[in-house]
Amino acid sequence: MPNATYIALIPLLPLVAFLLLGLFGRKYFKQSAGIIATILMLASTLLALYTAYGYFFEYGKMEGVYQKLIPVKYTWLQFSETVSIDMGILLDPISAMMLVVVTFISLMVHIYSLGYMKGDERFATYYAFLGLFTFSMLGLVIASNIFQMYIFWELVGVSSFLLIGYYYDKPSAVAACKKAFIVTRFADLGFLIGILILSFYSGTLDFNTLIQRLTSPESSELSTALTSSFLGISALTWGMVLVFIGGAGKSAMFPLHIWLPDAMEGPTPVSALIHAATMVVAGVFLVARLFPVFALSAPGALSIVGYVGILSALIAAVIACTQTDIKRVLAFSTMSQIGFMMFALGVSKYGGEEGLGYTASMFHLFTHAMFKALLFLGAGAVIHYVHSNDMKDMGGLRKLLPITHITFLIACLAIAGVPPFAGFFSKEEILLAAYNHNPVIYYTALITSALTAFYMFRLYFSIFWNKEHNTICEEHGEGGFAMMMPLILLSIGAAAAGFIPFVNFVSSDGKVLPTEFHLQFSIAPVALGVAGIFFAMAMYKKPTAIPDKIAASLSGLYKAAYHKFYIDELYLFITKKVLFNLIGKPAAWFDKNIVDGLVNATGTGTQIISEKIKRMQSGKVQQYAIYFLVAVIGLAVLVIYGIM
Amino acid sequence: MLAPGLYHILFISTALFFIGVYGFFTRRNLITILMSVELILNSVNLNFIAFNKYLWPDKLDGLFFTIFIIAIAAAEAAVAIAIIINLYRSHQSIDVENAEEMKY
Repeated sequence: MPNATYIALIPLLPLVAFLLLGLFGRKYFKQSAGIIATILMLASTLLALYTAYGYFFEYGKMEGVYQKLIPVKYTWLQFSETVSIDMGILLDPISAMMLVVVTFISLMVHIYSLGYMKGDERFATYYAFLGLFTFSMLGLVIASNIFQMYIFWELVGVSSFLLIGYYYDKPSAVAACKKAFIVTRFADLGFLIGILILSFYSGTLDFNTLIQRLTSPESSELSTALTSSFLGISALTWGMVLVFIGGAGKSAMFPLHIWLPDAMEGPTPVSALIHAATMVVAGVFLVARLFPVFALSAPGALSIVGYVGILSALIAAVIACTQTDIKRVLAFSTMSQIGFMMFALGVSKYGGEEGLGYTASMFHLFTHAMFKALLFLGAGAVIHYVHSNDMKDMGGLRKLLPITHITFLIACLAIAGVPPFAGFFSKEEILLAAYNHNPVIYYTALITSALTAFYMFRLYFSIFWNKEHNTICEEHGEGGFAMMMPLILLSIGAAAAGFIPFVNFVSSDGKVLPTEFHLQFSIAPVALGVAGIFFAMAMYKKPTAIPDKIAASLSGLYKAAYHKFYIDELYLFITKKVLFNLIGKPAAWFDKNIVDGLVNATGTGTQIISEKIKRMQSGKVQQYAIYFLVAVIGLAVLVIYGIM
Repeated sequence: MLAPGLYHILFISTALFFIGVYGFFTRRNLITILMSVELILNSVNLNFIAFNKYLWPDKLDGLFFTIFIIAIAAAEAAVAIAIIINLYRSHQSIDVENAEEMKY
């Protein structure tokens, strides 16, 4: 392969933007911050496209198999001869694809924010944070070392925290960013322990070596990891499950999803970038990165991935049908779609046609990034116009926001899986993979995809049709060119991304995946999706009483779903009532009485003793001289009589 | 006539030393205290000279030490006088009993 150190520039350019704007932005680049960051991001995007092109079409393939290349590697912390933390670049099909996704979506969000955030007091800070996030996310996807990935993993957590809490004068935003940080941090603990277990048994932190040692049947590391067990489950399975907990936290999988809906407190372009297209799929990416280990050595852990995925997909889809805040609907839809990606990985096997789920999952990740970013940016345009998040304040916007309307419709069709839009292709592959391996997951997924079509079009009709909108916003209209251009570009992606022959590029073992299109298989999902759309149309195209009637007839279920199945309340109960009372209060007592008591006792003791002896310091010079004389005589006695 | 031996001189220097120590502890006037210190120093000088003369007559170390001590005593006297003058200016007295502010 050619010299490819320029790949390191892809993450470093956003870092430059972060440092420049973070340090000097408020003073010198107050107006130009957006342009500077966008130009740097554009350069980074072009480099990423060039890299991906080179990898997929020029040097990536060797004898028909895509290689895992390491163009840049720098040993950072050497622990022992074999274990070290490296900073490197691992180029393989999924990281090349993620480079394109992250830089492209980030560029779109940068451009969009030029219009959306115009006039904001902390404009430069906002772009600095975007740069930090993009840097961290790119570092995460190209990580060649599992610990490098962990470092960037935490960095994306921090940037997500900063951006959710961007409006820090809003108490709800502050609470949301805290919640997101604590929940994902809690999950990351699992990831860290998982890393330690894996590296302990494999004796390395390097991805390629680790995967190779933990998958080849004759390696001694694998047999130790499989034979040593805890609670009857092998150490390797424990490690992989713990790693998956980290991924589940970041990807908002049930039951660690509670932070994602609240994360919508951040600026809408941020939600599009972080909480829809890139950061939340990091968990999927992590599972995909370690997929050979999951599939070949820890199938138990992989089936957990599958069931957690499908459960999250279903629960999120049900909740999304009842929410009225449009960003929250999209958040639950994101969670549901990530559930699709997760269970696609969960039902997949390693290599050949059995590995379809892997390809499908990555394909869905790609298309989902396009249409979900588009949905969020469209929602941003709507919110920008209406100044409200609630769909009850909207309706009839199709004439007022024509471009947003068309692009939003394309994205809705894509996510609902209507051919020939992008979501159709990726979802069909996922469903096919599930159909071949696990009927329970397949039928649940079928129901979920019908629900997806229903809630997306409920959203669409409530925003753009339903009642007529009569307040015309004079001040800025639909938003300028900066806001419309990303929508148009992304809608092209959402419409056409499905035609990319993904099976040629991404597969679990790097070989080309032979697949044929099964027309009769697609009938059921498409029919269900279209049924969902028509159902939504009947209910929401015009203001009717049907939704309320149905809600009333399903009162128990509706109420439970509306309150997100009381999972937040459950967490609050566990933390406030159980943890605080049983652990927090005794710990506080111990701290107040024992720890503080010891410290106070030292202080009081010193005070009492010094009170007693302070009179020795009388201020009389001759008295001091006597002490001195006595001490000298004492020493003399000691020396003379040979005691010392 | 009886030539003085080492013990005689050591007796004198010890006596001088304890006279100095006594004066140092009992006098209240700073100048007298300073004089007591000089007595102590001179007793040490006598010791040096005596040991040098009687034990190592071919060496000069003791003599040089004595000369150093005399020089330093002169410098010390100058510093002490300066302190005493300043004390007198601020307290209108050179009695140590009147300079007891530096205490607990």
